[in-house]
Amino acid sequence: MAPSERRYTKDHEWVQLDGDIATVGITVYASGQLGDVVFVELPSPGRVLAQHATFGVVESVKAVSDLFAPVAGEVVESNGALTGEPELANRDPYGAGWLIRLRMTNPGEFDGLLDEAAYETLTTAG
Amino acid sequence: MTEADDQPLHETALVDIHRSLDARLIGFAGWLMPVQYAGIVDEHRAVRERAGLFDLSHMGELFVDGPAAGDALAAALVSDPRTLAIGRAHYSMMCAEDGGIIDDLIVYRLAEDRFLVVANAGNTPLVSDALADRLGGWKAVLDDRSMVTSLVAIQGPLAAAVLQPLTTVNLSGLRYYAIGEGTVAGIPALVARTGYTGEDGFEVFVEWRRGPDIWSALMAAGVDAGVIPCGLGARDTLRLEAGMPLYGNELDRTTNPFEAGLGRVVKLNKPGPFVGREALARVAERGVSRRLVGLVVTGRGIARHGYPVRDAAGVTGVVTSGTQSPTLGRPIAMAYVHPKHEEPGTILAVEVRDQAVPAEVVALPFYRRAR
Repeated sequence: MAPSERRYTKDHEWVQLDGDIATVGITVYASGQLGDVVFVELPSPGRVLAQHATFGVVESVKAVSDLFAPVAGEVVESNGALTGEPELANRDPYGAGWLIRLRMTNPGEFDGLLDEAAYETLTTAG
Repeated sequence: MTEADDQPLHETALVDIHRSLDARLIGFAGWLMPVQYAGIVDEHRAVRERAGLFDLSHMGELFVDGPAAGDALAAALVSDPRTLAIGRAHYSMMCAEDGGIIDDLIVYRLAEDRFLVVANAGNTPLVSDALADRLGGWKAVLDDRSMVTSLVAIQGPLAAAVLQPLTTVNLSGLRYYAIGEGTVAGIPALVARTGYTGEDGFEVFVEWRRGPDIWSALMAAGVDAGVIPCGLGARDTLRLEAGMPLYGNELDRTTNPFEAGLGRVVKLNKPGPFVGREALARVAERGVSRRLVGLVVTGRGIARHGYPVRDAAGVTGVVTSGTQSPTLGRPIAMAYVHPKHEEPGTILAVEVRDQAVPAEVVALPFYRRAR
């Protein structure tokens, strides 16, 4: 099955579904706002997250930002490449800079997220 | 550091240039200032390797004139500006009676009876008022030119090569912490070899409306050498690597110069009284209850302002500034800790989101340029 379209949150994260596995990352907009990402802290596999729960942090030179689970689920993988190369979150936020993969507990939550057009409106409105 | 005041922000004469460069502008110390252009790390590296251009027009410029200007400043500040040769400068502080730091300053001696005191933007109104008050009774007058002065800095190893063709001031004869008067790009200017980056560099003071001309001239002269505009974000990481304190982080009304490791600036034995002398003499005699140290985080995590510092027994202090050092590639911080921990090599821990992350006390600065 091909991955779904990307959906977005007001916290500037994205989610893409492949079956019941949700891949989560930060958006290009978030990456630009943060500036140079120098540190990423992610949960270990097995951790169960409620929707909107804080699951880690991404830090730029200047600031610390919390990461929020866009959907509920169990962490099945976190992106170890970010430990040595946090700048991947700037260089390729929708690809190699992904953060975690979750096994969704409530797949319906995905449909409640913002689609591309709605997210575009959100980031250009301000 | 963003301020949420209702007060409208002051704009420097360069604000349109910053906007045209697509800078990210933030409220800082009452001013709308560029925090970054290309990105903090790129800007930081430009200053370490080539040179960067900074708009520092938010800083305060307080001129003190009169036959007793030196005596009056010696009574108002902790240093002794009377000892400065004409054309030289030193780091100083204004303290309260209780020894708490009101601001840290650079004092330049422009003539026998004329000094320039440069204050932090956020403290300038306070320093200006206090200085006016402390000059009372002396044959000295204060001229606060903060709102009519533009300040542009060029900092980095290529700064002298870029600036020299534009200025009548002989830069090879201008020592570190010296100031000369002349022109830059034909514009009357004070040119000081001072900065806040740990690199060689210059600060150029001009009339307010000429700020954009100075900026444009320096940018045009430096563009081929790789000079880029730099914001307050890079200024902060540069000064932290250089071990320089930032008012509001390392220094404030509740800290004294000795705790900050700046006791050498306080001239307790200078002739005449000065504000804070008794309190500071007591601190010098009795010692301090905390010390500013440098930390390199050896575990995983970045120490940030306000994070607790722990020893085996519990909390021993607090981080005042911290970031990932672009030059060292490791997290660095400054922190106040119990004086028993000030020896380099001491292992402490920084509490990062409820986790104790190991950190080692190191001598400041973290970075020292090759000379």
